[in-house]
Amino acid sequence: MTTVLCADPDEAVAGVGDGSTVLVGGFGMAGMPVALIDALIRQGATDLTVVSNNAGNGDTGLAALLAAGRVRKVVCSFPRQADSWVFDGLYRQGRVELELVPQGTLAERMRAAGAGIGAFYCPTGVGTPLAEGKETREIDGRSHVLEYPLRGDVALIGAYRADRMGNLVYRKTARNFGPVMATAATTVVAQVREVVDVGALDPEAVVTPGIYVDRVVEVTS
Amino acid sequence: MSTRTLVAGVLAGPADLDAVPTTAPGPLDKHAMAALVARDIPAGSFVNLGIGQPTLVADHLPAGSGVVLHTENGMLNMGPAALGDEVDPDLTNAGKVPVTELPGAAYFHHADSFAMMRGGHLDVCVLGAFQVSARGDLANWHTGAPDAIPAVGGAMDLATGARQVFVMMTLFAKDGTSKLVPSCTYPLTGLACVSRLYTDQAVFDLGPDGAVLRETFGCSARELVERLGRG
Repeated sequence: MTTVLCADPDEAVAGVGDGSTVLVGGFGMAGMPVALIDALIRQGATDLTVVSNNAGNGDTGLAALLAAGRVRKVVCSFPRQADSWVFDGLYRQGRVELELVPQGTLAERMRAAGAGIGAFYCPTGVGTPLAEGKETREIDGRSHVLEYPLRGDVALIGAYRADRMGNLVYRKTARNFGPVMATAATTVVAQVREVVDVGALDPEAVVTPGIYVDRVVEVTS
Repeated sequence: MSTRTLVAGVLAGPADLDAVPTTAPGPLDKHAMAALVARDIPAGSFVNLGIGQPTLVADHLPAGSGVVLHTENGMLNMGPAALGDEVDPDLTNAGKVPVTELPGAAYFHHADSFAMMRGGHLDVCVLGAFQVSARGDLANWHTGAPDAIPAVGGAMDLATGARQVFVMMTLFAKDGTSKLVPSCTYPLTGLACVSRLYTDQAVFDLGPDGAVLRETFGCSARELVERLGRG
């Protein structure tokens, strides 16, 4: 489907249903699509499962979504940080569920979902509590854990520039989970700092091709 | 290099202990430990320094070492911490600290960054730890305390994927117990993955046969082994 250029973040997140799994890009605040998350809070979807590397920093972005009580479960690698007080409080009160996933396995599970891979064997986590209950297999003399794809109904990602066809480029380490999340959700929404004309991005430098991107919104601040 | 003497849970006869060199007059501080780790990183290595204290190793890599730093959030040839006008919210290290890029830097997404680790392309990673076993098991992500919020990040991927895993930590916990143990009691990060342990008191090689003392700081090998035995 053709990428839709949205007028504002509210239009970009329209239609997210209750109970959705939402992939949220960013590593800490770098690449975090804050305007899209703020719009999702206004939109009102609740009972969400959020997949993101962290579980919110400070009081904005993902932390604000958590504080608004919209998140039933967080799937992430690193919830506990100096500024993760919103998540910490909810978790300690038993108001949010946590599935902890090693960071590389988190990325690869989404990559598998986007690439049509049914499951994969991974050596990370063997012999640790995070592999408990999972199928294991010895391959080339080394133990591996069977990991399943992780798919989203929606992905909210932050990128640097988009053209009107939805091709994306990122900036520095704000790239992080954006490209892999863009492949792994039914509806992919990108918040970008600038929308440029078709032909203005160097095709050799495009990181996420527009085929993956459903909606783009420019957020200049 | 040094005489091989097994310690911590797999104690061998004391005959060789007197041959282990004491190479500093007192325990090392974190900067001296970082300098020691930096000394042992081969020139031209691709290296990940995790988060927190091990990132100090970067300050001690000799100029011209050709060591390329990898950060899990998608960058090779990471430079030092950013200061003043250099701070860019789009450019941080794994600890979310603003950093800089060096000439020849490359950015990539998370699945690629961890494929690099898992695929055995990183030569060395340096991690902190709560406990390390004499055979190289690592526990560094969770104390197991019921009220603790576990966070694993990239620790398991690094422990499993890097070709060599070095750990940098104090040898004794605040309560005086040894963090080098016969078998970890904290939840594991990885099995038999740590090959070298740098502490404020001593450096050890770890492997299937146990911990081997290489050098000590501020105490003799014999005194240290006695303390470890008590811990």
